[in-house]
Amino acid sequence: MKQVLIIMKRELQSVFDSLLAYIMIVIFLGFSGFFTWLYGADVFFVNQATLQSFFSIAYWTLFFFIPALTMKQIAEERKTGTIEMLLTKPISDWQILWGKFLAVLSLIAIALALTFPYYLTVWSLGPIDNGAVWSGYFGLLLISSAYISIGLFASSLTNNQIVAFLLALFIGIFFHILFGILASSFSGSASAIFNYLSLSTHYDAVSRGVIDSKDIIYFLSIIFLGIISAEAVMVKRNIN
Amino acid sequence: MDIIVENITKTYGLQNAVDNLSFKVKTGEVLGFLGPNGAGKTTTMKAISCYLSLNQGDIQVGGYSVSKFPGEVKKHIGYLPENNPLYHDMPVIDYLKFVAELQGVDKSKIEGRISEMIRVCGLKGEKHKKIRELSKGYRQRVGLAQALIHDPEVLILDEPTTGLDPNQIVEIRELIRQIGQEKTVILSSHILAEVEATCDRILIINKGKIVAEGTSEELRRQAQGDEILKVCIAEAEKNEAFEELNLLPTVELVDFYSDGGTCFEVHSKEGVSSAKPIFELCVKKGWFINELTPIEAKLEDIFREVTKN
Repeated sequence: MKQVLIIMKRELQSVFDSLLAYIMIVIFLGFSGFFTWLYGADVFFVNQATLQSFFSIAYWTLFFFIPALTMKQIAEERKTGTIEMLLTKPISDWQILWGKFLAVLSLIAIALALTFPYYLTVWSLGPIDNGAVWSGYFGLLLISSAYISIGLFASSLTNNQIVAFLLALFIGIFFHILFGILASSFSGSASAIFNYLSLSTHYDAVSRGVIDSKDIIYFLSIIFLGIISAEAVMVKRNIN
Repeated sequence: MDIIVENITKTYGLQNAVDNLSFKVKTGEVLGFLGPNGAGKTTTMKAISCYLSLNQGDIQVGGYSVSKFPGEVKKHIGYLPENNPLYHDMPVIDYLKFVAELQGVDKSKIEGRISEMIRVCGLKGEKHKKIRELSKGYRQRVGLAQALIHDPEVLILDEPTTGLDPNQIVEIRELIRQIGQEKTVILSSHILAEVEATCDRILIINKGKIVAEGTSEELRRQAQGDEILKVCIAEAEKNEAFEELNLLPTVELVDFYSDGGTCFEVHSKEGVSSAKPIFELCVKKGWFINELTPIEAKLEDIFREVTKN
């Protein structure tokens, strides 16, 4: 656990030392702020004291935002060879991956925490359902975790950051929207399976405030599957 | 801590990078790893430092097997990889702190170790610079500092002096010698003089196999076999001297030296020295010896001899 935290600390330090973290946060806040307050189905259009419009736009911004953060994680370490330096220290592939996972998740958590003024504003406008707000944020953290682990897996597959980014989007889009579309174009058990695989089904359930173990298991499976696959790819150097 | 490498084989595709290689390194020994490009030096070093796993065989570092207890082995190894990968966006001091923490250096000792490393590796003026801003030589020093930060029992250096200027090379060699007195050091190099200057024992490998092993003197002796002397005699007639030398009982063969003067290359018979008979001959004839030196095979010659295809 200590090793995981050391990696996490270094990763966070490195994003905050560069402009990357700030640019990402500004873009995220700008984008979601624009659609929450100014354009489309925004808060005023809905005419209810709810952050629902923020949650549905963040669902999309995070989808693009996270692969941009995860793309370099493993790909760059491999390209520059620093992965060799890391792995000859007393640390395992598994610990490195979790350290990076937690670093990106903390960055997302910081970005989400900075949307707290949205909550305060809406709260001052009318009676807000606090439970729905908390579960909405919780849902965003869950989908972020899922996309981070998919992103880390994509990053472990290649030395090229752009390829890693596109690959993460490609894998992500299935969970994000394609499974949902497939679910509605099939019927019966196929539809049920695709519906279960679709991330939006589970996100909707969680952000509505219904936190079911079924949804939690779904997210945890994606997270672990992503990290385990990434580890398998990293350990592949040892397969002869 | 001793390193015992037992019958290791590592295959890349169809090619054996390392082929049934075995050797031992004892505590307080500096082992030099020589070999042409692609001989398997780096692969062996990566295997010892637990980065690559092996197809066959095992390596024990201080009694711990690298395949079974990599965590334990890694704690005692300081490793400087070949191209010295570093996080270019980190300041030197932060980077050293990061590595120290990873290596599990006691929190209270980290500060002390870092300043020690900065002193030893001569990084004082650069410690707050980002690694990206450093020249190659300074980066190499940072690489060395990170390998030494936890005061490891075993030090593995893959071409440690590349990119350094002559002064730095001398300093680093001195440092390696010093470390090598108490610790186990393996270093690889292309520079033969460097291996000769720093290492107690030399291992030459080619195509994944050991082709020569020993101290530099032993290697020379092996390559050379019988004694060869260069003899220069003044005030003597060339052909007469040649014949007289040939008649000596200990002499196998005499050659004219290439410069055309009265110098000869005298090959002795197996196991005997001709120095004394030559001297006595010259005394008897009233000749004056200008030069009488043993000709040593150079390490370069040995290297070329054993690694040629």
